[in-house]
Amino acid sequence: MGNLFFKDENDRVDGVDKVTGKAKYFAEYQLPGLTYGVLVTSTITKGKITAIDSKAASGAPGVLGVLSHLNKPSVAGYEAEGGAKLKIFYTDQVLFNGQPIALVVADTFERATFAASLVKVTYEKGAFNTDFEKSIKDASVKKLQGAAPYVRGVENAYKTAEVQVEQTYVMPVETHNPMELHGIIADWRPNDQVTVYAKTQGVKATQNTIAGAFKIPAESVQVNSEFVGGGFGMALRTWPLEIATVMASKHLKKPVKLVITRDQMFTMVGNRPAAHQKIGLGATKDGKITGITHTAFGQSSTYENFTEGVVNMSKFMYSSENVNTNYYIVPLDMSVPIWMRGPGEATGAFALESAIDEMAHALDMDPLDFRIKNDPEKDPAQNRPFSSKYIKEAYKLGSAKIGWDKRKNKPRSIVEGSWNVGYGVSIGVFNAGRGRASVKGILKADGTLVLQSATSDIGPGTGTGMGLIASKLMNIPTDKITFELGDSSLPPAPSQGGSATLSTVGSAVNDVCVALKATIAELAANSNMDATSNFVDVLKKNNLPMIEKTIQSSQNNPDAKNYSMYSFSIHFVQVKVHQLTGVVKVSKIVSVGDSGKIVSPKTARSQMVGGAVGGIGMALTEEAILDNRYGRYVNNNFADYHVPVHADVPEVDVIFIDKPDPIVNPMGAKGMGEIAIIGFAGAVANAVFNATGKRIRSLPITPDKVLMG
Amino acid sequence: MAEIDTNQSGDTRRDFLKKSTLITALSLTPLTVLKAADNKVDEQFAELFEKIPLNLKVNNKPFSLKVEPRVTLLDLLREQLRLTGTKKGCDHGQCGACTVHVDGVRVNSCLSLAVMNEGKSITTIEGLANGDVLHPMQAAFIKHDGFQCGYCTPGQIMSAVACIREGHANSKEEIREYMSGNICRCGAYPNIIDAIQEVKEKGAAI
Repeated sequence: MGNLFFKDENDRVDGVDKVTGKAKYFAEYQLPGLTYGVLVTSTITKGKITAIDSKAASGAPGVLGVLSHLNKPSVAGYEAEGGAKLKIFYTDQVLFNGQPIALVVADTFERATFAASLVKVTYEKGAFNTDFEKSIKDASVKKLQGAAPYVRGVENAYKTAEVQVEQTYVMPVETHNPMELHGIIADWRPNDQVTVYAKTQGVKATQNTIAGAFKIPAESVQVNSEFVGGGFGMALRTWPLEIATVMASKHLKKPVKLVITRDQMFTMVGNRPAAHQKIGLGATKDGKITGITHTAFGQSSTYENFTEGVVNMSKFMYSSENVNTNYYIVPLDMSVPIWMRGPGEATGAFALESAIDEMAHALDMDPLDFRIKNDPEKDPAQNRPFSSKYIKEAYKLGSAKIGWDKRKNKPRSIVEGSWNVGYGVSIGVFNAGRGRASVKGILKADGTLVLQSATSDIGPGTGTGMGLIASKLMNIPTDKITFELGDSSLPPAPSQGGSATLSTVGSAVNDVCVALKATIAELAANSNMDATSNFVDVLKKNNLPMIEKTIQSSQNNPDAKNYSMYSFSIHFVQVKVHQLTGVVKVSKIVSVGDSGKIVSPKTARSQMVGGAVGGIGMALTEEAILDNRYGRYVNNNFADYHVPVHADVPEVDVIFIDKPDPIVNPMGAKGMGEIAIIGFAGAVANAVFNATGKRIRSLPITPDKVLMG
Repeated sequence: MAEIDTNQSGDTRRDFLKKSTLITALSLTPLTVLKAADNKVDEQFAELFEKIPLNLKVNNKPFSLKVEPRVTLLDLLREQLRLTGTKKGCDHGQCGACTVHVDGVRVNSCLSLAVMNEGKSITTIEGLANGDVLHPMQAAFIKHDGFQCGYCTPGQIMSAVACIREGHANSKEEIREYMSGNICRCGAYPNIIDAIQEVKEKGAAI
């Protein structure tokens, strides 16, 4: 191909597309007669729309239509009882600030944007509440049980322990804010066939949601989503704004493109909920944990409940006879949250791992020794073995790499000029899930293999990993393997979430390769060829241009029920805290992944690095600030909502245990997208304490908190 | 004229343009123009006055265009010239995804109106490779896995090339500082820095 550049088999299969600008994301498909939508959003937080004056907008140049609840086209699924809880354009009720209430469609983006500014909305304002921290304490605010309370042994046993830690940890709303703005292109055809170009973590989920809303067969909805510019969880559901765009396309009989603005990314596509957590820890004087109590409150919305696994890890991470957890959600007049990378667990780990560090300090123990001393051999919650767990090895490798021996147990012991240096550690854990997926394999006489599945790639490198799995099994070089994804007409696969894609789809790739090999062996035997013959020769001998197999892989190894399956991570960080300004710089990072066999080393490493970067944001900078007087975010842009930039991130050392899990799947690989971030913020908070003696229990750890702490 | 009067929101600059155009025309051929207004031809007429001629080069290819003054360079590239390699991440100059070179200088194309680029030469990610031969920075990004989702990548690469050309790539610290206008939410930063440093140290002409 005339390229001077040498490609390694571990390089991303779509690398060239991504570095040359050829990779097409949803908004980049050119359809004949494409029109542009721009949303009008509510400027009040709660109440009723009394009037929408769209006369000026409708008459503005190039405008094709202004959709709102006043002229909504019928959506069969919305007419029926139940269904989506926020039915966009199906209500005059305002449930949160920034709610989409009208969609202006014009022939150019500029004209649609201008016309949207002409829409005048009149409201009847209602009383509202968006104040999360105040709502925790306010008895009159409704709090819902988010998950059944859990009790093992004695409730609140920490209260009678020799050494006790009882603290509250809080964190604000965080937003996913992938670099690509959300939206959709919808093209509804007169024969009720609809094609969408979507930003989704699940093409089948998007297909089903649209089909359900419009009560049309799923096969009538074609979802294309080959490249996705990041998701981190926000593209795990089909948002009301997407249904609105389909509605507009149907109504106007034209393809409509909607790309929302960065500020709309804060209110229309979910967020990591604010959390308020109380941890009670009890231990004996010699450092055995005797009781863990974890109570958590999470922000939710008034129109839809959102829950996540905030208290999960407290049940099984440490040996303790007595554990009790409780989880509540607090419905506020805000848009509904959605899982964000390391959902729930990242929130819970910050609290638990901070408290563990506080206890180690109270006992005057090295926090690493304290963790090792309380590390359970078996899952104490399920009373069964872990399928694989190499935590102690991970502690050893990571601590050696970061130079843990230089750490002093006494805070403020290391000073470099005007910086205090500290070290921290934290653990992360996430369920090593595996679902059911189908993959079609087409093995061709030209020596190539095409694999197809309706899975996604939001960035981890799905096709790269799948190609490597198939390459090893089939003994075909990766550049002869194509993995097709992001198309709802391909064999079904679940959404890309919960660190399960490699495990789920990879298992199906494994199974389809095994089936193809068996067919080749059979053909070889039938044509008197050696069983080890190359498939190209076998196919040619049999005059077959190709063979095809579609396999749905089983959901689990039958033995899986006897094991607890988790991926683990240990994060070590060194921080430098400036004595005068309180600025915290993460100066060294070692993240160790215990996620089974590593299938795709380069992309796996990148995922761990990315998790650490996300963790720096969670720990030090990210906070969506709400003005509770108005129910609006005041920092809904990248200048004010600070995600980490180049200057915030040091080199990241990644170590993988790289030992196969014998149970989870044929590859022995456990998921790792979530564990990359889970626990990281705790490690930073613990390092800040080690550097300064100040325990910051409220994220993000900004200089003001360090100085005033 | 009835068409114009329905606008309740007060006269805009556009209305003024339309009216003054029509009034001028009215003195010449009243009937034709009134009929034109009835048929919304006045829209097309006004559009001619609203669009401004623009001559620029994109990836060494000359373009003679007529664009509305409110169109950004970014939207011109993406929506009109169909060069979608340049990405829209924030439209506020806060993320760097839209970085292009204007006469060799890195610029956030979302903050530049297209018409401000009269006579200028724009290079986008599509213009960086030499045919099938990748630019050394593009190859280094692949080698060091300087991306995951790939959405910020064109902006990172355009910025990285400029960073070296500016002489701001003499150490990791310096590169980090001068690349901080390009956000990567997947968190590929350390890999990006490795890629830039390698290209800089190899000293190839970029």
